[in-house]
Amino acid sequence: MFRSTSDRLLLGLLRCVSALAAAVVMLIVIFLVIESWPALRSVGPLRFFTDPSWHPASAAGGGAGRFNLIPMLIGTLASTAGAVMLATPLGIASALFCRFYAPKRIATGYRRLLELLTGIPSVVFGLWGLLVLAPLIRQWHPPGQSLLAGVLILTVMILPTVALLSESSLNSVPRAYLRGAAALGLSRWATIRGVVLPAARGGIVTAVLLATGRAIGETMAVLMVAGNVVQVPHSVFDPVRTLTANIALELGYAMDIHRSALFVSGLVLMMMLAALIGLAEWIGGGRMNA
Amino acid sequence: MVWQPGRTDWPDRTVTVVVWLTALTVTGVFLWIVGDVLRHGLSGLSWGFLIEGPRDTGRAGGIGPMIVSTLLVLGVCLAVSVPIGVGTAVWLAEFARGGGLFGRLVRWSLDVLAGVPSIVFGLFGNALFCIYLGMGFSILSGGLTLACMVLPLLIRSCEAGLRAVPDDYRKAATALGLSRSAVLWRILLPAATPGLVVGLVLGIGRALGETAALLFTSGYVDRMPGSLMDSGRTLSVHIYDLAMNVPGGQNRAYATAIVLISLLLIVNVLTSHLADRWLHRRITRT
Repeated sequence: MFRSTSDRLLLGLLRCVSALAAAVVMLIVIFLVIESWPALRSVGPLRFFTDPSWHPASAAGGGAGRFNLIPMLIGTLASTAGAVMLATPLGIASALFCRFYAPKRIATGYRRLLELLTGIPSVVFGLWGLLVLAPLIRQWHPPGQSLLAGVLILTVMILPTVALLSESSLNSVPRAYLRGAAALGLSRWATIRGVVLPAARGGIVTAVLLATGRAIGETMAVLMVAGNVVQVPHSVFDPVRTLTANIALELGYAMDIHRSALFVSGLVLMMMLAALIGLAEWIGGGRMNA
Repeated sequence: MVWQPGRTDWPDRTVTVVVWLTALTVTGVFLWIVGDVLRHGLSGLSWGFLIEGPRDTGRAGGIGPMIVSTLLVLGVCLAVSVPIGVGTAVWLAEFARGGGLFGRLVRWSLDVLAGVPSIVFGLFGNALFCIYLGMGFSILSGGLTLACMVLPLLIRSCEAGLRAVPDDYRKAATALGLSRSAVLWRILLPAATPGLVVGLVLGIGRALGETAALLFTSGYVDRMPGSLMDSGRTLSVHIYDLAMNVPGGQNRAYATAIVLISLLLIVNVLTSHLADRWLHRRITRT
């Protein structure tokens, strides 16, 4: 099949390049493990969940560092859960709006707007959250920079993901289903609830899971609005620090075991996302077989 | 879809109202954000702001060095990621269609890579490029880190573009006895331009807006970079720094945000235009 030398050269080159692209993920995991090894060895994995507090820097001064990641873990989980709970209904409603409710031109305009919203850099969302949203929340309930602000800013950021992906799965519902529903004389909402949403369920679930991954990994916007106090929040008005924000805040000056501990939190992030991908594949696979 | 007007009951009407309200709210929030950025930022924009260096940690002066650093980081990122990305996409679309172990491994790795959070890219870039390879905090480290980040976006779109090329083209080329390389250069790549452009636009968007991965790879020195080995502060890092660490830097942060978003739009339009002229022309001529 490949007679000419140039073809064989080309194929070899393409194969090398593909191997390089595939190797990036392995390299990331390898470097995360190598860099977190000192902390995992000298501190042990358990202490990241049982230590009394997060004071990793005191280890550098010869004292005993404390490495409790639980507050950050809760910060990440709480802000993500809040954002997903808000963005899911709003995103699905937006998708339904585009597909079934809006006149054609308005739907196109709204879709363009959602696409623009996905293109806005996260630091701009953070800027707006810091200077507009957080002061508004402060008027209501100080201190303003809080879990609530983080949840709201994340909601705005992941809503377009949920909406656009859900819409494409609404679009893939077979036309015959809709015609069948119309022939039965179902109202618009009855059609959506009884026919469209069940048929598009797999795609919508995948959309929500992808958005969840984005919320877990988001750094800058949350860092700028959530207040960054290392504590387990008691209400939505308490400031929190997420795992991602913790890395961004401390990597600049972290040394030795402290730096290594930050790589451990990176590893924890990767594990959370791997679990999420596994979940998505499990659900997606199950749906496809059903 | 045509809905019979007589067939609406109260749940139907309620849902209609809720859906319209949602769309209005989302539109409102979008306009609120854009309006807020424009209202605070426009007054700070001037020719001097675009070319001067910052003074008083950014409260005065301009963002010239940041614009240069941003474009350099983007340049490094694209120079590395486009050849690798297009090559991988060609391999996946043309040579590994049926799958095979290696093909599946590559695809799976790219799917995982697409889900890696930007701060983890920052950790990785800092460990590999800055320290292990000894590049330090530099534009080169930042660009290489971003290249890893945008690879999955480029590859996916480019592969989709290649798959959209009708099989007739390939069959006709084979019948004419063209070599695979010739088919690739003369037919497949030009025909797959739209996919490549989508990938480029997505990748550039992600790279220009990125902050977390650059904080600890390209660094935040706000001087004009002298070479790729210098640390350079990008626009997005500048916005972050002004907003968080410089009291009174807010309006400058807004103005920088306008420049960043304008840059995004300009680079995107330019990319589409150039790619279209450069690649698409070749297939229409031959």
